[in-house]
Amino acid sequence: MHTRQAAQGIRIEEMIESTYRIQGETGEWEVVIGLEVHAQVTSNAKLFSGAATSFGAEPNSQVSLIDAAMPGMLPTPNLECIRQAVRTGMAIGAVINKWSRFDRKNYFYADLPQGYQISQLFHPLVGEGQIDISLDDKDPEANVKTIGIERIHVEQDAGKLMHDQHPTRSYVDLNRAGVALMEIVSKPDMRSPQEAGAYLSKLRAILRYVGSCDGNMDQGSMRADVNVSVRKPGAEFGTRTETKNVNSVRFVMQTVEIEARRQVEVIEAGGKIVQETRLFDPDKGETRSMRSKEDAHDYRYFPDPDLLPLELDDAFLEECRASLPELPDAKRRRYEQELGLSAYNAATLTADADTARWFEALLAEGARIQKKGENEVARASANWLLSDLYGALNRLNKDLDTSPVSPEQGAELLALAADGTLSGPLAKQVFEIMLETGDAAGKIVEERGLKQTSDTGAIEAVIAEILAKNPGQLEQYRGGKEALFGFFVGQTMKAMAGKANPAVVNELLKKALAG
Amino acid sequence: MSEITDLGVAALRDGVRAGTFSAREVADAFIVKVSKAKALNAFIVETPEHALAAATAADEALAKGEALKPLAGVPIGMKDLFATKGVQTTAASHMLEGFKPVYESTVSQKLWDAGAGMLGKLNLDQFAMGSSNETSYFGNVISPWRRGGGDNAPLAPGGSSGGSSAAIAARLVPGATGTDTGGSIRQPAAFTGISGIKPTYGRCSRWGVVAFASSLDQAGPMARDVKDCAILLENMAGFDAKDSTSLNLPVPKWEELLSGDLKGKKIGIPKEYRLDGTPEEILALWDQGIAWVKDAGAEVVEVSLPHTKYALPTYYIIAPAEASSNLARYDGVRYGLRELADGQNLQDMYAATRAAGFGPEVQRRILIGTYVLSAGFYDAYFTQASKVRTLIAQDFENAFTVCDLLLTPTAPSAAFALGEKSADPLAMYLNDVFTVPASLAGLPAMSVPAGLDSAGLPLGLQIIGKPLDEQGVLGAGLAIEQRAGFTARPEQWW
Repeated sequence: MHTRQAAQGIRIEEMIESTYRIQGETGEWEVVIGLEVHAQVTSNAKLFSGAATSFGAEPNSQVSLIDAAMPGMLPTPNLECIRQAVRTGMAIGAVINKWSRFDRKNYFYADLPQGYQISQLFHPLVGEGQIDISLDDKDPEANVKTIGIERIHVEQDAGKLMHDQHPTRSYVDLNRAGVALMEIVSKPDMRSPQEAGAYLSKLRAILRYVGSCDGNMDQGSMRADVNVSVRKPGAEFGTRTETKNVNSVRFVMQTVEIEARRQVEVIEAGGKIVQETRLFDPDKGETRSMRSKEDAHDYRYFPDPDLLPLELDDAFLEECRASLPELPDAKRRRYEQELGLSAYNAATLTADADTARWFEALLAEGARIQKKGENEVARASANWLLSDLYGALNRLNKDLDTSPVSPEQGAELLALAADGTLSGPLAKQVFEIMLETGDAAGKIVEERGLKQTSDTGAIEAVIAEILAKNPGQLEQYRGGKEALFGFFVGQTMKAMAGKANPAVVNELLKKALAG
Repeated sequence: MSEITDLGVAALRDGVRAGTFSAREVADAFIVKVSKAKALNAFIVETPEHALAAATAADEALAKGEALKPLAGVPIGMKDLFATKGVQTTAASHMLEGFKPVYESTVSQKLWDAGAGMLGKLNLDQFAMGSSNETSYFGNVISPWRRGGGDNAPLAPGGSSGGSSAAIAARLVPGATGTDTGGSIRQPAAFTGISGIKPTYGRCSRWGVVAFASSLDQAGPMARDVKDCAILLENMAGFDAKDSTSLNLPVPKWEELLSGDLKGKKIGIPKEYRLDGTPEEILALWDQGIAWVKDAGAEVVEVSLPHTKYALPTYYIIAPAEASSNLARYDGVRYGLRELADGQNLQDMYAATRAAGFGPEVQRRILIGTYVLSAGFYDAYFTQASKVRTLIAQDFENAFTVCDLLLTPTAPSAAFALGEKSADPLAMYLNDVFTVPASLAGLPAMSVPAGLDSAGLPLGLQIIGKPLDEQGVLGAGLAIEQRAGFTARPEQWW
């Protein structure tokens, strides 16, 4: 726990879990948070048209007649988008509604060609589910909180206005218009910025595991509307505000903190919170009012008469379920229980689908070439990935995707260390060369003669020479200063250019020193 | 031999096939007729080149001995609600004046694929909203019919497919497409002495048809007789993956299986359709229709559709609600009209564009629709109307447990004079009273000409069928057609 002095004399105490409180003039305040996350569905085509969906394409190059809402054009649902939303629902243990329906949300804006967004208000595709978040990095099972999910519905994204193309006019890019979004609505179950951050990170991890959204918040394919209210602990919910389109985990946490503090100030100054839509300004570190409930749109929702209700059959649902991968929590438990990894390592390796995928490739290859069980190579593999490889990638400013060393190459290196070909220091040396050259470990060992030796005759000869050169140290050692053992090991290894098998060196040294 | 333009779809098709006349002769004859009928204002755009190209293709195929397409040699009119590639498509609005789609509606494409040619884009009520064709931005269509006795008041051709009905009645085209949301095929057919069928909702793709009310809009053919309707419908209907509400069912061979023999059929007469104030002539014609279907072998039973009186209010909530949303896309941003004065912002542009681009009736329906969907009124209006719609559909389901088809008048009056009802929207809406219930239930229904009123104006009878039973509807229509012997046609004054 740490405390810091915030502006306007309000002290913020940040603690894990729901003991997070804002200290106001009138005492402690509790924060209540709900998130509505918009996640762009991974799909080659839009929700109701065949137009492409890739990020960063030329403006208006991915627009069908349907997306442009030409007269007489009709939407037809893209089943792949529905499938991805169903799989996402299954991944959070949610009720899948076999009967759902699309509604129109009517409003005028230049980025909304139809004059309405096709969404699901009355009968969403996915009902209630939940996500477990962990508030303790070191022990993911220790401080778990379950956050309820109210619903997931699918809807169309809008296009984008560009205000920087012309001095007096705005341009419209419809590439994003009609792209499928999942709106994932949480219950107001979070009570601190940390919980909101953990929830969003966990949700993103699940989406990436499932493959239903790439989770790239910087590209806008995942964004959160942050609902915040404050209350005296245990009191009724206060009036909430909704801060729109917050696009990083950090910003979500900041939004909660800043907006909650603002609300406490308003209330304690005798004001009232108005239900309104706000914007987060990360540069100024504040939220600003966009529009209040009074001038909110009347969206005139009604069932879209162009679309039949969506009815899913058991075969479709079964296929969705069968295609689900192992999810982060299950994988983490398996890593601990079956692979014998530490809780922390298991949590770190499973926090993100790409890392787990990389690790499992490393593991599979390691087990294959060492002819061992995965559980037998797991710990060395995990340690190497999390310390050696991550250390190197950090240094090189790269990530697993751009790693100069592949899982197969890593496995080969680990196998050479495991069978005694490479000592620890030698393995590190070979790894450095791999990073530089991209060559395989075996090739480096072969070409550079970096093989560890266990040749007792050669080692004994070197030891004899070292003892002869250092009579003073030998005498002290034999006189009881056993700490000098390390000195003799170092000298021997140095003389052997690091290639001697350390276990053999230890054994032979002990014998020689004993005289 | 009578004039080529007196022939209908089947006769033209067969004549071209038999070499009695060439497709080119057919196209030329109709093109001349169209060009001389400007006074009717039935067309917004004429496309003789399209009709000629199709005719040439038909003649060449015939010369080469190739199999002819089902509608080879038949030129038709296209209601200007269907998007036609490269040809102005306006929905009779200023909003879309000059708009040339880069795409072709599914229904029109099917017709061209079947060998039909297009004589032009037919006038209509603006965005298909109206029952008289008076809401068109391009001026109202004038019916070719006139009352007898020297009353030369120009009459409404019905609406919204009034360009279609007028053009067929005046022999400018042998057949045309229509669309029907609450009666827009059937009522104009009745007003002009022709036939028209609205098939089951979902039979014809809505893709590329400018939307009015999505859950009600349905395309269908209009022609001079029942068989021609069957032929055209066969070439318009069919599953379209681009329309989620399209029915994935094969298209029946309606023409081949067409029969006016009603033996074994039970025809229901809904007692609630005997409305106070319906002219005696119409009630008498209805009785005559009952006699005709009995004569064709049907058994007639009285049935009850108890929620009928709620159909119009229900329709005038649901249709405007959907329209208010469907028409939001006409905002001046991407295509069509844009009104934007210097220094104005986006909101100004929306207001100015939509004020200038939409006529009063369209604006009225957008306002009604916006109102019934707005917070605080949604449940009282839209939700309630949706429930009543279900009850109306159940009325029909119940009736169809004791009968196969229903027989009713098509409209509560013959054609009225232009201007007669345009000042009173409610009086205008009442004209849809018999056609709206089947639309709300998505049922196939057609109007066939059955007689003339005392002023010499056509009156129609409506047949409503079970879902997907277009065959039954067409059969009963044929039985009436065979007995009515309707040969009246407007005297040419244009």
